[in-house]
Amino acid sequence: MKNTELLTIRSGDTGMPYEWSIGKYGSRFFREIREHQRFLGIRCPGCGKVRVPPRRLCGPCFRELDELVELSDTGIITAFSVVNYPFIDPDTGLQRPIPYTYGYIRIDGSDNIFSHIINETDESRIKVGMKVRAVFRKPEEMEGNIRDIRYFEIIR
Amino acid sequence: MARRVAIVGTGQTHHKSHRLDVNGREMIHEAVTRALEDCELTINDVDAIVIGNMDHFESINCVDTWSVEGSGGVMKPILKVSTGGTTGTSVAIAAYYHVASGLFDRVLAIGWEKNSESDTTGAIITCSDPIWDRFSYSGAIPSLATEASAYMKQYGATQKDAARVAVRDRTHALNNPYAQMYNRPISIEDVMESAMLAYPIKLLDVCPRSDGACAVVFAAEEIAGKISPRPAWFKSCAARHTTTWFGDVDYDTGLLSLQRAAREAFDKAGIRSPADDLDVAELYLPYSYAGLKWIEALGFCGPGEGPRFIWDGNTDMGGKIPMNPSGGVISTNCIGATALLRVAEAALQVMGKGGKRQVPDVKNALATGFGGCWWSDVVVLSKDRPS
Amino acid sequence: MEKAAIVGIGQTKYERRKSGEIYYDLVYEVTTRAMEDAGYTLDDIGDVITVSNDFWDGRTISCMAVQEAAGAHDKNVSTVEGDGTLGALYGLMRVLGGSGTTLIVAHSKGSEGDPRVITNAMFDPVYHRSLGLDAVSSSALQASAYMSRYGVTEEQCALVSVKNHKNAKNNPFAQLPMDITVADVMKSRKIADPLKLLDCSPVSDGAAAIIIADEKHARKARKKPVWIKGAAHCADAYFLGDRNLAEAASLREAAKKAYAMAGIGNPAKEIDVAELYDAFGYMELMWLEGLGFCDPGGGAGMTESGKTAMGGPIPVNPSGGVLSAHAVLAAGLARIAEAVLQLRGEAGSRQVDGARTSLAHGINGPCGQSHCVWVLGKD
Repeated sequence: MKNTELLTIRSGDTGMPYEWSIGKYGSRFFREIREHQRFLGIRCPGCGKVRVPPRRLCGPCFRELDELVELSDTGIITAFSVVNYPFIDPDTGLQRPIPYTYGYIRIDGSDNIFSHIINETDESRIKVGMKVRAVFRKPEEMEGNIRDIRYFEIIR
Repeated sequence: MARRVAIVGTGQTHHKSHRLDVNGREMIHEAVTRALEDCELTINDVDAIVIGNMDHFESINCVDTWSVEGSGGVMKPILKVSTGGTTGTSVAIAAYYHVASGLFDRVLAIGWEKNSESDTTGAIITCSDPIWDRFSYSGAIPSLATEASAYMKQYGATQKDAARVAVRDRTHALNNPYAQMYNRPISIEDVMESAMLAYPIKLLDVCPRSDGACAVVFAAEEIAGKISPRPAWFKSCAARHTTTWFGDVDYDTGLLSLQRAAREAFDKAGIRSPADDLDVAELYLPYSYAGLKWIEALGFCGPGEGPRFIWDGNTDMGGKIPMNPSGGVISTNCIGATALLRVAEAALQVMGKGGKRQVPDVKNALATGFGGCWWSDVVVLSKDRPS
Repeated sequence: MEKAAIVGIGQTKYERRKSGEIYYDLVYEVTTRAMEDAGYTLDDIGDVITVSNDFWDGRTISCMAVQEAAGAHDKNVSTVEGDGTLGALYGLMRVLGGSGTTLIVAHSKGSEGDPRVITNAMFDPVYHRSLGLDAVSSSALQASAYMSRYGVTEEQCALVSVKNHKNAKNNPFAQLPMDITVADVMKSRKIADPLKLLDCSPVSDGAAAIIIADEKHARKARKKPVWIKGAAHCADAYFLGDRNLAEAASLREAAKKAYAMAGIGNPAKEIDVAELYDAFGYMELMWLEGLGFCDPGGGAGMTESGKTAMGGPIPVNPSGGVLSAHAVLAAGLARIAEAVLQLRGEAGSRQVDGARTSLAHGINGPCGQSHCVWVLGKD
C-alpha cells in the first residue's frame, strides 16, 4: 500500500438541468420590466417595508402581501465589489469572466437590497452612495429573467 | 421532560487542504473511530447517528445512506441534517434532541466535508436564488466584504483591527495539531500585505478550504458519568435562521440571528454576563472582521467595542475569555464539519482534554455556528450538570 | 416514550407540474393549512423542521428558500435532508425534548430537475455512478432479485398498481386516479425490465406539513389528537451488492422497534390501515413482508387475496400511495397525514371504517436502503 499512486476521478462536464418556476410575484416583476422598464416592489402593511423583488410573504410579520408598488429604474449603490478571483459559474460550467462588479443596490423607494452587476470595473470610479440606473434589454429581446436587466450604470 | 444530555467523546481528523489518501467515507471513519476511542465505546454501543455536510461540495445525494460504511450506520438509525454553514451545530443540536427525547441513549454526531472535491465558490453560488441572485452572485466573500465595510464605516474599525483577529486565531493554531494551519503563524504585516480579494477582505482574513471530519458522542444523563468521568453537559442551544432573501439583510445593524440565538441560549443556561460567565468560546468566524463585530452580537462587549476588546488581549490564551483556542475557522474550514468542530473543541475544554490548547478551569464554554443567509446557532456546554 | 400527538396536517394537491408556484408557495400553503387544521396560530408553534433536498431543488442550502414561508423567521429551526418521515421523527424528538409543538414541512418539485441525474447522484461516484444507475434501474435490479427469490410474477406486482390507482380515485390530492387492469400494466411501455411504466410512480410536485404536540399542547388543538405510539428508523448497507436486495432487513428492524414502542405483537391483526412508500409496485409487496404483515414471500399472495384492498382486513394505501403521487420527501409526510386522516375518520370516501391504529412508512436512499416506520393510535 505504501507506494500507491493516489488517483482522483473527474465528474466530467455533465450539466444538471433544472426548470425553476418564478411564481406569480416574480413573473409580475418581469412583466413590469418588459412593459414599463421599471422595478416593482411590494409593501407589507404590518411593518411598512417595501421590498423588491416582490414576494408573497413578509417573513418577520408572517403575513401575505398584495400591495404592489411601482418604483423607478434608479437606485443607489449601498455596497459593491469588483470581483477578481476565478470561479466556476454553475450556470455555464465555465469560468465566469472577471473582473466584474457585483453591486448591492437600493432601488429608489424600497427598503431592502437588490443584487445585480454594475458596468464599472475601475474601483477608483465607483463609490457607495452613487446613483445608478438600470439598463435593460430591448423589450423585444426580453426573456423574462434577470438578464433582462443588462446591468446598472452609474449616473455621473 | 427533556432528559439531560452530555458530550462524552470527540474525534477529528488531521485537517488538510487535500486528503487524496482517503475517500469521503474513509475520512468519516477516521473521525468516528477517534471519537469512539476517546470515550472507550464501540460502534455497537451507538444507538443512532446524525450526519451532515453540504450536498454540492462533493455532489453526493443522500449522504446518510451513502456514508453508512464509514459512519458505522449499517443496520442502525441514521438521518441527515443539513443547513449550510450551520450544518455542524445543527447536527450537534439534532444529536442532543435524539437523546433528550428519551428515544436514544448514545448518539453519534458527524460533520464532514471534502472541499477539495469541487470548486468551493462555484458550489456556494448555487445557494443563491436561481431566479434572482445566481447570475450576479460571486460567493461568500463580497457579502462579507459588505458587512465589513459597513462596520468599519460605522465604528471606525480598521483593517489592522481585523488582522489582529486573524493573527490571534493563527497563533492559537500553533497549539492544535489537527488544524490545517498548524504551525503556520502569521503577523499583522502578513495579513495587511496579503492579496486583496474584495475590499477590505484580504487573503489572510478568510478561512481556507479543508478536507476533514468531526464526530461527537452524546449520552443520556443516566450513563454519561459512567462513560466519561468529566462529561461536557449540554446546557442550552438555540438557532435563528432569520432571513430567506440575501437582499433583506441589514448590514448596518448587528448580526440579528446571532443576537437572538445568543439571548435565548444564554437565558436558558443562566449566562447573564457572557464575558464573565463563560470561560472559553469557539466561534464560527469565517473571516477576521466577524471576530470584531459578532462578539458584540454575543454580548462580550458593547457595539463598536470589538476592536478595543481584542487589542486588550481579552480573547487571547490567558485572557479574560479566550476565543478559538483551536485556531478557529481561519485555521480550518471543512464546511460541514466546521460548526461541529466548534462544539467538539468547546467540549474538549470542558472535559479538560484540550492538551496544549487547554484553557485552565473551564466551567462554561460557548460554541457557535454561522451560515446560510446570515444564520446563527449557539450552544452552551458546562462542567456542571444542568439543574 | 412520553405522550405526543399529531394535531395538524396539510397537503397540496399533487401534480405533474405546478409551473405557477415556487417552493415557497407550496410550503406556505401547507404550513397555513396545517395550522388551520390544528386551530393554531404561528404563536402556538414552537420549533420548525423543514425537509428539503439540495439535488431536487437545484440549490445548495435548499432550506434557505423556505424558512420564511414555514414561519421560521424567529424560531428554533432545522432541516432534515431525507424523506418526510425522518423529518417528522426529528420533529417528534423536538417535542419530547421540550419544544411543546413542532411544525414539520416537506416540499419538492420533481418537475424542475432531471430525476435521472438527481437519483444517479445517490450512487457511488467511484464505482457505480458512471454505470448510469438511478432510482428506476436500481429498483429494477431489486425487483428482479425479489421476484426470482420468491417466484413472484410481473402480474402479481401489477396488482399493486391496479389497486392503488383505483384507491386514488377517492383521494382529491392524488395525481393519478385511474381504473386500470393487470393487462394494462403488462402492456405498458418497458422502462427497465421487469419494470413497466405503470409499475412506476410518477414525477410530482407537492408539499405536506404536520404539527406534532406534547400532551399539554395537544389538548389545545381544534381536533382530537392522533397519538404517536411508535416511530423508528434503520438503514441497511450502502452498496447494492452488499445487501440482500430480496429482503427488507432494515425495514424489519425499524418495524420491530416501532411495534415494541407501540406494544404491538401481531401487526397484521392490530394495525387497521397502512400507508406505505410504494415507489414501484413490487415495493409494496416487499414492504408488506418487511412490516411483518405476512411471511417473507407472502406479499403477492396477500395482495391477490384482497387483504390489502379497501374492505380487506388491512387496507394498504387507501390514498393511492406513492404510485399515485410521488412528491419526493413530501411523500413520506403525506403517508403520515393520510394515516392521521384515517384515525380521525376524516378520510372521506377513502375512509377505512373503524380504524383505531394506523401505520405510515417512508424510505430513503436507493432501493429502500433506509426505512422509517410510524404507528399511530386513536386512543
